[in-house]
Amino acid sequence: MASVIEVKGLNKEFRDIKAVSNLSFSVPAGQVYGFLGQNGAGKSTTIRMLLTLIKPTSGSIEIFGMDLQKHRKEILRKTGAIIERPDLYKYLTALENLRIFGTMSGVKIPEKKLRDQLAMVGLADRANSKVKTYSQGMKQRLGIATALVHDPELIILDEPTNGLDPQGIADIRNLILHLKKDLGKTLVVSSHLLSEVELIADSMIIIDKGRKLVEGKVNDLFDPSEIVVEVKTINNETAYEKLKTSRLSQFVLSKRNDAVLLKLHREQVPAVMKEMVQMDIGILSFHSKHSLEDYFLSLTTANPHVEAAAN
Amino acid sequence: MWKLLQIELFKIFKRPRTYIAFGAIAAVVFLIQIALKFDGKSYIDLLLSNLKDSFDFNDDFKLDLLNGYLICFVILNTLLIQMPLLVALISGDSIAGEANMGTLRLSLTKPISRTQYMLVKFLASVIYTVALLVWMAILALFGSMLIFGTNDMVVLRSEGIEQIKSFDVMWRYFAAFGYAAVALTTVSALSFLLSVFAENSIGPIIATMSIVIVFTILSEMNIPIYDQTVKPYLFTSHMVAWKGFFYVKADAEGTTINGSIENLPAIMRSLSILLIYIGLFFGSAVWVFRKKDILT
Repeated sequence: MASVIEVKGLNKEFRDIKAVSNLSFSVPAGQVYGFLGQNGAGKSTTIRMLLTLIKPTSGSIEIFGMDLQKHRKEILRKTGAIIERPDLYKYLTALENLRIFGTMSGVKIPEKKLRDQLAMVGLADRANSKVKTYSQGMKQRLGIATALVHDPELIILDEPTNGLDPQGIADIRNLILHLKKDLGKTLVVSSHLLSEVELIADSMIIIDKGRKLVEGKVNDLFDPSEIVVEVKTINNETAYEKLKTSRLSQFVLSKRNDAVLLKLHREQVPAVMKEMVQMDIGILSFHSKHSLEDYFLSLTTANPHVEAAAN
Repeated sequence: MWKLLQIELFKIFKRPRTYIAFGAIAAVVFLIQIALKFDGKSYIDLLLSNLKDSFDFNDDFKLDLLNGYLICFVILNTLLIQMPLLVALISGDSIAGEANMGTLRLSLTKPISRTQYMLVKFLASVIYTVALLVWMAILALFGSMLIFGTNDMVVLRSEGIEQIKSFDVMWRYFAAFGYAAVALTTVSALSFLLSVFAENSIGPIIATMSIVIVFTILSEMNIPIYDQTVKPYLFTSHMVAWKGFFYVKADAEGTTINGSIENLPAIMRSLSILLIYIGLFFGSAVWVFRKKDILT
């Protein structure tokens, strides 16, 4: 499948801080591509580089097979985006905002299409209301409408479910799936809400501290028959060392301050538990998990809040 | 480009704060006009107090002086000092305000070059400045002409008074308003430059006013060492040169020569300096903005 975005060796430094480090990835056409990472992992910086808001220190970005720096206008004409918050002109109406950003996209958009766009995000009856009267969820949907107003081929959504209630999150999820399935768009969706990405993404990348940890198809990276088991012991350091040198080492995934993580198939769990008890490593709890979030946590640096609580 | 400019103007004139400046100008102009309508003679007496030992002014002459042209001159002298604040309200907000609202990042993901974006923003600020001056001209000049009528215009100078024939006045006002537009555009360009560095509009507005106030004080101070070293390079020294259009040449008998300007080269030199400042401020703003990482 052809790539819409091809990033190679991307770096960004802000004075002494290395925000993105040697990042390479490619986004296949017609897919939802999940861009995952904890807060501060470098997602927004990377997305801003894809949208020319931030200049890379080094590396190359090709979108639609064209160099981003050389063909900026051409690429942005076919790209729609919302970055972090859907900030719009609060003193203007939804329709006025949509008309402004549509015109800025270089396309003459008839009034009917603007209204259709608002209808698609469920704002048809509030088209003439000022944005300052909108709820957070409505602003988010209007933000997406502005990203779609010029019918882009590539849609980049940075944290599109931020600040939304469960219903709002579900609405955005359905909209993303509609854009992919029914309209054939390519979407890059960044989030730290991994359970959301799990539900919508075909492929994904996980980054941490500006570096790529893994990239690939969600189904390849995350086998639903496998589970991650979180084992809390009296001394996690000792337990980890013992497990690494035992027959169970093949299951050891990683170590956090508060637990040791194992990755294994569901049917292997009873036997592994039994053997761990026999090894006398002081088990306090044995908790199996089954989601992308656990996989993500097993790969990335442990959450400092969790560590602090554990210690 | 025209479409983008239309969008900018639409955004400016849709904001309630834009009309604060128009309201403030209207209020000041009307207050001055009302005061002079009811107590104009006292004002003229005050104005001529320094000259009463040398000349004998009768009451009819004083009433002739109090015409629309003089009133407009008085208003311009008062208002053009305050107008930089009104101009900075909009131009200081043009980039910083967008950054503060978060709309800057969305705008810059559209297929518009940053130079084009800045050009459109600056042009919109200039149009706003010109609109303010046109509004002021309508109220101060045409309003005063309507209320007080027209007659020969008298300009008071340290060395005496000049009388400009009624038919010779109007073009001077057009020139003066044109010059004032360039002077205020200089302030607008400064505010615009400062706006690039900030993430809310208060900073650039206060910084612009601080610079204008400090420079104006330096321009007005009578310290000989500054006369040749500092003053000629301050843009505020050249902002008041619009008055030069009302300083006329006189013949051997001391009669003013119609259509003349006492020192046109000085006005043109001041105009050139202001234009250089505009180019410098705007050029720097574009240069900085093109390199800037948008993190807001």
